[in-house]
Amino acid sequence: MQPLSNIKSLLYFSPEILLVIFAVAVVLLDLVVKDRESVAVAYLSLVGCLCTFAAVLFTHFSFGAEGPVSLFLGMVRLDVFSSFFKVLLLLATAATILFSLRSEELDARLKGEYYALLLAITLGMFLMASSTNLLMIFISLETVSLTSYILAGFLTHSPRSSEAAFKYITYGAVASGTMLFGLSLLFGMTGTGDLAQIGGRLTELLASGEVAPLAVLIAITFVLAGVGYKIASVPFHMWSPDVYEGAPIPITAFLSVASKSAGFALFIRFFYAGFGNTELMQAVDWPFMLAIVSALTMTVGNLAALPQQNVKRLLAYSSIAHGGYLLMGGVLLTSQGVGAILFYLVVYLFMNLGAFYVVVLIANEVGSEMVDGYRGLSSRAPLVAWAMVIFLVSLAGIPPFAGFFGKWLLFTAVLEQGYYWLALVGLLNSVVSLYYYARIVKAMFFEDAGEETESVPFSTGTFALLSVFVIPTIFIGFLNIFYTFSNISVSVMPIQ
Amino acid sequence: MLLSLMIFIPLLGMVAVLLLPRESEELIKRVALLFTLIPLALAVYLFISYDRSNGGTQYAVNASWIPAFNIQYHIGIDGLSVTLLLLTALLGPICVIASWRNIEKGIKAYMALFLLLETGMIGFFAALDLFLFYVFFELTLLPMYFLIGVWGGPRREYAAIKFFLYTLFGSVLMLVAMIAVYLNSGDPGARTFDIPTLITLAATAGHALNDLNFQIWVFLGFFIGFAVKVPIFPFHTWLPDAHVEAPTAISVILAGILLKMGTYGLVRINMAMFPQGLDHFTNGVGFWGNSLALLGFINIVYGSFCALAQTDFKKLVAYSSIGHMGFVILGLAARNDSGITGAILQMFNHGVISAMLFLLVGVLYDRAHHREINGFGGLGTRMPIYTGITTLAFMASLGLPGLSGFVGEALSLLGAYDKFKMLTILSTIGIVVGAAYFLWTLQRVFLGTLNPKYEALPEINGREILTLVPLGILTIVLGVWPNFAIDMFRESVTNLIDVIQAI
Repeated sequence: MQPLSNIKSLLYFSPEILLVIFAVAVVLLDLVVKDRESVAVAYLSLVGCLCTFAAVLFTHFSFGAEGPVSLFLGMVRLDVFSSFFKVLLLLATAATILFSLRSEELDARLKGEYYALLLAITLGMFLMASSTNLLMIFISLETVSLTSYILAGFLTHSPRSSEAAFKYITYGAVASGTMLFGLSLLFGMTGTGDLAQIGGRLTELLASGEVAPLAVLIAITFVLAGVGYKIASVPFHMWSPDVYEGAPIPITAFLSVASKSAGFALFIRFFYAGFGNTELMQAVDWPFMLAIVSALTMTVGNLAALPQQNVKRLLAYSSIAHGGYLLMGGVLLTSQGVGAILFYLVVYLFMNLGAFYVVVLIANEVGSEMVDGYRGLSSRAPLVAWAMVIFLVSLAGIPPFAGFFGKWLLFTAVLEQGYYWLALVGLLNSVVSLYYYARIVKAMFFEDAGEETESVPFSTGTFALLSVFVIPTIFIGFLNIFYTFSNISVSVMPIQ
Repeated sequence: MLLSLMIFIPLLGMVAVLLLPRESEELIKRVALLFTLIPLALAVYLFISYDRSNGGTQYAVNASWIPAFNIQYHIGIDGLSVTLLLLTALLGPICVIASWRNIEKGIKAYMALFLLLETGMIGFFAALDLFLFYVFFELTLLPMYFLIGVWGGPRREYAAIKFFLYTLFGSVLMLVAMIAVYLNSGDPGARTFDIPTLITLAATAGHALNDLNFQIWVFLGFFIGFAVKVPIFPFHTWLPDAHVEAPTAISVILAGILLKMGTYGLVRINMAMFPQGLDHFTNGVGFWGNSLALLGFINIVYGSFCALAQTDFKKLVAYSSIGHMGFVILGLAARNDSGITGAILQMFNHGVISAMLFLLVGVLYDRAHHREINGFGGLGTRMPIYTGITTLAFMASLGLPGLSGFVGEALSLLGAYDKFKMLTILSTIGIVVGAAYFLWTLQRVFLGTLNPKYEALPEINGREILTLVPLGILTIVLGVWPNFAIDMFRESVTNLIDVIQAI
């Protein structure tokens, strides 16, 4: 596979180019539209998502489906894997735009910047999912990080939001720095930035004794700091509860789903494609390290979620725990494991975004993000309450909802490799997690609303958007197509 | 096809109920009743048309569901499942009728959840694919959680989450065991969740599933999952809470069906699929060889003594359930013809009798609004019909010969005596204590002088009698003619024993 030159690559790069065009167009449109209440920019960004989606499909079916194509002299790759993530990320972005339209906490004056930044962050995530060069990996990661700092602090009048952005940037800077150091070590050892070659070179160097296994382990650990920060794995998770709590709810939803997905795309490509060959895995026992990180991540996330009273913060910890479950699939990076991660990410997208959408709705109507604010919701807004139940139960991994099928795939992948202790930790964690999800259900169904008993009105559009999340959460697990879909995108992974 | 209809008609009923307006309560109840009567009709038909001379799977449906993992929609019935399906389908309409007046709020959600629960239960007893089996098993959790948590008594929130967490804890261990069985069932691509296939593979010498050590571990995984459900000591503490807080009809389902899901699972999976694991825990040698029988014994004696100490009528019945499920465990541990037959019969009988007992407690509670046994007295003169039915249920439950409870317990003990002489002899303490607490309760509630507070207590009404009569008839019929039920599963038990003895 010969990498394409820069000019030739442009056509293959059309989704990313479209995102840039629309981001600029959104800013320009915002200059023209004087009406503050206008939602034109939001709709323009939605159109942008749609066009990009079409372009992703176009590039996938015209070029990517036949086999991976290396673009820009080997900087990024177009393959089924990246197309899969692009679709996933676009869904998350489109959902976030729709949430933002309904959210009442955002500053109307900064709308143009807000949506432009959303498109920009999507661009960064696209690149995270397709980079195959150390330098490109770092640049894409930074694009996403810098944009997220701004978006997290977007509630200009809220001190919490500013605090969130500040914490985010502090942790982020340390994590990026550490990662950059790790990348430079790898580059120093192998003399190349190309992921496809690094694995092979390292194997040779380790075999000849020129490089000590410890050095490789250190370099990988440092890189893991950057990736772990993006997917909020222990011990790089500390930023996420504060950021999730302080950021505007649509952004929290976006970060918890899209940012995590992009992080996993990068994680899989880096470790599976770069270090997936078995000799290297024998020399350095990093699967065990990942298993420990995975177990710690889900345990810390779940235990910390137990006492939370703020639903956003609770979902933040739950999202950390889900990062831990997902990491289980990455422990040995078998194709089943990666397939399970991809499947789970699809499921997670729907159930987690759905849960956050309910949080947006309740914050608008009831004005509270606390668990107590959900009291008596079953009688005030039964449909929304039942939708929330479906999302939460699915997050807890109970059949017949999609979350169960996702967890089942992950556990099967882990057990297949004989990591019984990890599967047990994961399963006991899902029992623990049920407890805090059930607290929200309890507030909604088992407790009275007190004085406020009038029903909360929701528009048809709200229910339509809600059903977009509910229906997949119920049915994804039943359809065989999703299981094969993950396999396809895995099959193209190893770089020749 | 018939079987699929039976599974999914309640689900269809749920959709129908959800589409009705919230205000038309009477219509909702009637629709719910209709959608529980259809499965009953189907169950009766299956019960009659089931070929008794052939103990194998009948009415099987086998369709591909998730080919990527060889998961099938495989359902079918044998003598054991058809018996329990009849019980499930019978209790469905009875519970709907029992809920007719005493569910005050949200009848629509109540009925919808109840119908979902019924789909889960019927599907569970019909499933022949391990994955499907697990999905149906878990499908009952969520409706049950809501039915206890929303419509339950004062401590309902605590009881509901305790039930949910305990059962989920058990079932995640089961999930690990299930995945382990799947992964060991063959090479990638040839793996299966199909229960009949797995049973054959596990009996094939040299197969990975045939390994003793492996069977012991997966046996334990499944066992804990089912033990929570039965419940077997020490996993039983959720049961008194759940029973006391649940509304009457839900207690009936809990005692009548959900507990049977545990013992049914033990027979269907643990005994049939892992005979070597079963042998390890029931061969009568050493501690582990007696462990299952020992658990049965503890259940019987501990449950009975706990029941003796209760002053809450419903809690008494709940603990007596723990005791009576102990006979099932003891009979299964004997794993011989009379032991297993007795255990299965006891499952069915306990379903009928405990359903009656909980309905009767509900009748009293609806009138007096408390369940304190010592707070009544002399009700026999005030409510003669109610007293009569209660006495019948008590006598059936304490194992009076001529009523159904006796046959199951006697057969279980008979089978167990062959292998576990000492434990069986000690277990009879449970029967004596059982007689003690029931007769004592009878005395405290119905005999003596009438408590003046209850002089105006109305007699049991026609609707309530309607729920009790079919169950009462069954206890008498099965007491004098137990072959009515035993004939159904005799051949299936023979098949099971062949599998167990083949090791």
